[in-house]
Amino acid sequence: MKALIEIRDLHKFYGAFEALRGIQLDIAGGEVVVVVGPSGSGKSTLIRCINLLEDYQRGEIRVDGEKVVRGPALAKVRAEVGMVFQSFNLFPHLTALANVALGPLRVRHMSRPAANQRAQALLDRVGLAEHAHKFPGQLSGGQQQRVAIARALAMEPKVLLFDEPTSALDPEMVGEVLDVMQSLAHTGVTMVIVTHEMGFARRVANRIVFMEGGQVIEQAPPDQFFSTPREPRTRAFLQAILQH
Amino acid sequence: MDLIDTFFNWKVFWSTLPQLLEGLWTTVLLGMVSIVAGLLTGLLMALSRLYGPRPLRMLARTYIDVLRSIPLLVLLVLVYYALPFVGIRLTSFMAAAAALTMVSCAYTAEIFRSGIEAIPKGQFEAAQAIGLGFFSTMRDVILPQAFRIVVPPMTSNCINVLKDTALASVVAMPDLLKQATQAQALSANPTPLIGAALLYLLLLLPLVRLVGHFETRHRAATH
Repeated sequence: MKALIEIRDLHKFYGAFEALRGIQLDIAGGEVVVVVGPSGSGKSTLIRCINLLEDYQRGEIRVDGEKVVRGPALAKVRAEVGMVFQSFNLFPHLTALANVALGPLRVRHMSRPAANQRAQALLDRVGLAEHAHKFPGQLSGGQQQRVAIARALAMEPKVLLFDEPTSALDPEMVGEVLDVMQSLAHTGVTMVIVTHEMGFARRVANRIVFMEGGQVIEQAPPDQFFSTPREPRTRAFLQAILQH
Repeated sequence: MDLIDTFFNWKVFWSTLPQLLEGLWTTVLLGMVSIVAGLLTGLLMALSRLYGPRPLRMLARTYIDVLRSIPLLVLLVLVYYALPFVGIRLTSFMAAAAALTMVSCAYTAEIFRSGIEAIPKGQFEAAQAIGLGFFSTMRDVILPQAFRIVVPPMTSNCINVLKDTALASVVAMPDLLKQATQAQALSANPTPLIGAALLYLLLLLPLVRLVGHFETRHRAATH
């Protein structure tokens, strides 16, 4: 089967520093992939390349066969790829409902009632039906991140990218966001998740990708990844994070 | 002649008041036209300066720097007295409105730019990530937030434009100051000048207070 996301020999430089050093990765439609690795390993950079929030200098990325490059086709690719950020990045001047409805309204050219209806349904789905009229500043971090997930879902994307979605949250709010993410997994949407939540990764992922130094060191299904990692660097990483 | 009769001559004031009000109307009209035109062109200038193709960016930057450097009075005299030599003859109102708009555009552009640059990068990224184009990103996400930030400096700038309309009296525009000096000459009494000063204050003091209010509220909101 042809992969939904194809990444071929991807190189990314910040000046002289090579942040990504020849990444090869195929992700199938409907797959849930969790990317882990020490900070600075390039995992955030990698997923930010998939919707071209970061430029890359060499190699190729295709989403559903469409090459991800600057140009007229980029907005179309981005509409198919939803993203959830570490710092939520909700639009503070819009209500939760308007945040979610904006994409369908402007990109999918839905009517306002239809867009609002879809937005309300998605807010219901992430458990925020009562908060639709509130502004982001009136919501807790966990609630904001759930609105952000609804906003990404509103475009009915083929792919959802999560860039450390729980790292900026107070510990007591991590659970509610992970629950929403878990409910999305295996609904057919392809998910690529950068996270430090190893328990979540083990429960939800089809595959774990371990990165270090801008390279993919090892990838395996979660059971195998956590119980019998092959690479010494993977073992060192797992030991370091599972010790405490 | 005592002081009151000289500076606050009630009879002179009454008889010249219609003339002063006519001047006030011209001043307000000139101010409004220049402010609105300055805001619109300033926004376009700021967007060109930030997001235009390289040559346009350079052009916008040069325009902004030059127009912020040149004294308004000098520009006004150039527009009104020099352009006729190349066949461009503007009425005094048009010349004044053009000069005020050109300068206000430059200042407005810088204010808008600072507002846009104050919006966190994450807002642009979130807009891009849901596939919004440049136009929609600006209209729906960036500018509504930037406008809020720039209200106090922008109001300040509007006050400056309104005040600078008085320079138009130099090119024989019958604005408030010009009407007042004429009335003063005719009645051989400085009361109309006092009257004009009071009318300027009446117009501008509330606006100045408004800026003060915005700034207090802004401080309260950020602390």
